[in-house]
Amino acid sequence: MVSKQARKQREMAEKGVKLFGFWASPFSLRVKWALKLKGIEYEYIEEDLKNKSPLLLQYNPVHKKIPVLVHHGKPVAESLVIIEYIDETWQQNQLLPQDPYERADARFWAKFFDEKCVPAIMGAFSKVGEEQEKCVKEARENLKTLESGLKGKRFFGGETIGFVDISVPWIGIWARFVEEIVDIKLIDAETFPLLNAWFQHVLEIPILRECVPPQDKLLVHTTNFHKRLTAGST
Amino acid sequence: MGHEVVLLASHVSMFGMRARIALAEKGIEYEYKEEDLPNKSPLLLKMNPVHKKIPVLIHNGKPICESLIIVQYIDEVWTDKAPILPSDPYPRSQARFWADYVDKKIYDAGRKIWTTKGEEQEAAKKDFIECLKVLEGTLGDKPYFGGDTFGFVDIALIPFYSWFYAYETCGNFSVEAECPKLILWAKRCMKKGSVSKSLPDPHKVYDYLLQLKKRLGIE
Repeated sequence: MVSKQARKQREMAEKGVKLFGFWASPFSLRVKWALKLKGIEYEYIEEDLKNKSPLLLQYNPVHKKIPVLVHHGKPVAESLVIIEYIDETWQQNQLLPQDPYERADARFWAKFFDEKCVPAIMGAFSKVGEEQEKCVKEARENLKTLESGLKGKRFFGGETIGFVDISVPWIGIWARFVEEIVDIKLIDAETFPLLNAWFQHVLEIPILRECVPPQDKLLVHTTNFHKRLTAGST
Repeated sequence: MGHEVVLLASHVSMFGMRARIALAEKGIEYEYKEEDLPNKSPLLLKMNPVHKKIPVLIHNGKPICESLIIVQYIDEVWTDKAPILPSDPYPRSQARFWADYVDKKIYDAGRKIWTTKGEEQEAAKKDFIECLKVLEGTLGDKPYFGGDTFGFVDIALIPFYSWFYAYETCGNFSVEAECPKLILWAKRCMKKGSVSKSLPDPHKVYDYLLQLKKRLGIE
């Protein structure tokens, strides 16, 4: 039962929540997922990355990137920083565990994914020949390590969705496009049964599933992105 | 609850220094184990099998890896004194953002200075100084990055101060000439025991760098 006062306080907190994002960005998606899981109402502003708005550049002068969350006029940038901010500001459906050791573990895996898996996958996507092979090998090794971090749980967060569960599983969708476009094996179910099962568990959740951009549009976008990345190389 | 705390680090590693500063700030007793990086100990490899890197904090037998994650862990376990992150979510987010900026930019930019020569090195120096200027800009007129008290971003950045002499000597430039306010901030931090005891002598760092360059075959 939520008291009238608590409800009013929540409404006040939610006033003026804006998300600057890009429809095809997985980093944007992460933040949307956090907002959805917390039931936070927000205004979404779609950015044209080829023509960034003055407002975005004002809110994120350092990196000039999306996503940026603006709350009561104050901007927060960098997706994982934003998610922690959301988790600390809206206490319902906690994403990070209470225990400091488990918190450290969650932060560790999200960081590992961002710093070791994503760049390798990008390399596999944008490079060719031997360099590409090297990136594929590295990506698969790191994804195997990530899978071991799951430790047989349904979610990284245990029984319920947590920080790592909203930060990583987008790759389950994007990897399919990468595999199709550059014709490589990246996160196949045979090699990564637990990782794929985990992706399924997360993507099954209706409020998360409905945020995912339409697959056909995403395939076209990713294909064009690939063309731009590899233009100029043989 | 008894606290058994061990820190695996290397005396010249900026990342290890971060952990040492945080432990000192909180007045935590711990056992320090110096790692010889070309010859990593079985303990290190067991406690950080994923990255095989220092620093690793081992608390009551359980390892925590990645320096900024370690610092946050220390702050969340030892809550009785010297808070490292602000208590309010917005300033906390800003502290995390800037610590992340230091992580993303400063190490790589600094490393390029001593691993390259000629035009590449000039570009590296320019990039390094630009990043320091951005940090100087966000510091503004505040005594510390978080305001009046020493905190997360200060801990993230100050270890690099012990490497400035090495970068300057390799690259033939002066950080103070370009970023005087940042040097004032650094000197302010160095007045704190937790910092001065955790940072090595810059000349020792330079000697270490020369040895490292030899080992890596870099002129």
